Amino acid sequence: MPSDRRLEREAAKRRRHRRGQAIAAISSLVVLGGLAALILTSPGWPEVRETFFNWEVFKDSFPDVAKAFWLDVKIFLVAELAILVVGLVVALVRISRSPATFPLRLLSVVYVDVFRGVPTILLIFLIGFGVPALRLEGLPTDPVVLGAIALILSYSAYVAEVYRAGVNSVHRGQRDAALAVGLTETQAMRHVVLPQAVRRVAPPLLNDFVALQKDVALISILGPLEAFREAQIIEAQTFNFTPLVAAALLYLAVTIPTARIVDRLGGPEGAVR
Amino acid sequence: MSAPGGPVLELREVTKAFGERRVLRGIDLTVSEHEAVALIGASGSGKSTLLRCADLLEEIDDGDILLDGETITDPAVSPVAVRRRLGLVFQAYNLFPHMTALENVMLGERRAHGSSRAEAEARGRELLARFGLAGREGDRPDSLSGGQQQRVAIARAFAGRPRALLLDEVTSALDPELVGEVLAAVRDLKREGMTMLIATHEMSFAREVADRVAFLHEGRIVEQGPPAQVLEAPRQAETQRFLRRFQGITQSI
Repeated sequence: MPSDRRLEREAAKRRRHRRGQAIAAISSLVVLGGLAALILTSPGWPEVRETFFNWEVFKDSFPDVAKAFWLDVKIFLVAELAILVVGLVVALVRISRSPATFPLRLLSVVYVDVFRGVPTILLIFLIGFGVPALRLEGLPTDPVVLGAIALILSYSAYVAEVYRAGVNSVHRGQRDAALAVGLTETQAMRHVVLPQAVRRVAPPLLNDFVALQKDVALISILGPLEAFREAQIIEAQTFNFTPLVAAALLYLAVTIPTARIVDRLGGPEGAVR
Repeated sequence: MSAPGGPVLELREVTKAFGERRVLRGIDLTVSEHEAVALIGASGSGKSTLLRCADLLEEIDDGDILLDGETITDPAVSPVAVRRRLGLVFQAYNLFPHMTALENVMLGERRAHGSSRAEAEARGRELLARFGLAGREGDRPDSLSGGQQQRVAIARAFAGRPRALLLDEVTSALDPELVGEVLAAVRDLKREGMTMLIATHEMSFAREVADRVAFLHEGRIVEQGPPAQVLEAPRQAETQRFLRRFQGITQSI
């Protein structure tokens, strides 16, 4: 049987909780309602509703935009896998201490500096138009492939640094302990340091992938019919921006779930260590 | 208990500095087969550095370290091969947090000693059981108490059948009520004749388990001998001062 004091304390807690919920509800209503009122009563709202949120245009254009979005998804999936591998290789080269890898180490530093420093859109432009201009046999000319390569080069530079930060965050005692049981430096990295590092950097890695999911749209400057470009084409034909809103919704449909996964990884479970 | 035999680990005029700080200033120390040597001295006197140098985790500046008569500090000797013949237990356990207790014990067996998975697992289970950890094989380090973690660490260091075990203040990070179970594990190893170099703050334990006590002061071994002599009737002024201060602390607790 709970004591009176405990019942009293629990009742007070419930009152506080109810009051908190009421305040949250009222303030949300005021803020969102105010915002909605402001937009809906704005002088241009009827035209905006017609050109950006036209249900008929949305219905007509959505299947085409969605079909084009499939290309974004494919590019994204392939690029993501390649980035995970290239980024790791660059990070490992940069971390290595062997004199034999010195030139590679130098190269990896230059690579990260350059490709992290050039705007992604510029890189896509340079690679997408520059590589075919070389007219070398064997080099890809497909703009989709070239665009994906540009994204991979750009993002791998970031991801390499994320991996490197992860490796450096693993306590030195872990490496010592791995060496003490007789492992080589390489084995210590592979079995002890890297597994812990990758676990730790999973949230920032996924965060970079949310950014990549949207940046796939940049490839449109090279011409491939991905979602953003398809929406632009329909927009030019109909003089209506609704297809772009449809494309935006499709990007959100993949970025928001990824963001929730990031939250979960970085949440109470991920915060432990 | 076996009687001490020939020298297993020998340090000859070993020096080590970290920048300007000269941590070891000419260490001469021998640990013979089946012998347990307790290394005592104040914090910062160089005990940890000495053990890390012996396991080749730190490179010494001058002198020689020999294992079974072989100069292991010779640049031509592979440190990896040497470490496979020694075991080191760390003050802060340094267990691998992403592995279970059993995997921690198995890792060296599998990867360094080339045992099959089945062999390594059988030995891992046997060692965990021996150190009172039967049933905890699948637990991660963070779900074990400090005493249990340190016993896993001892099992891990012992799994590679080392010629000698180096123990670095294995009870310093533990809550007082957990010290006993770890010391029992060390006592157990001593009973079966393990050659050990034990850096410790536990004077009563040093007296009980060690065949010899060496007192390290400002990077030198100032005095060494049987526990009864070094701990009860120290000859050197520094040893007397250290033990007096130490007894003061122990009594005030």
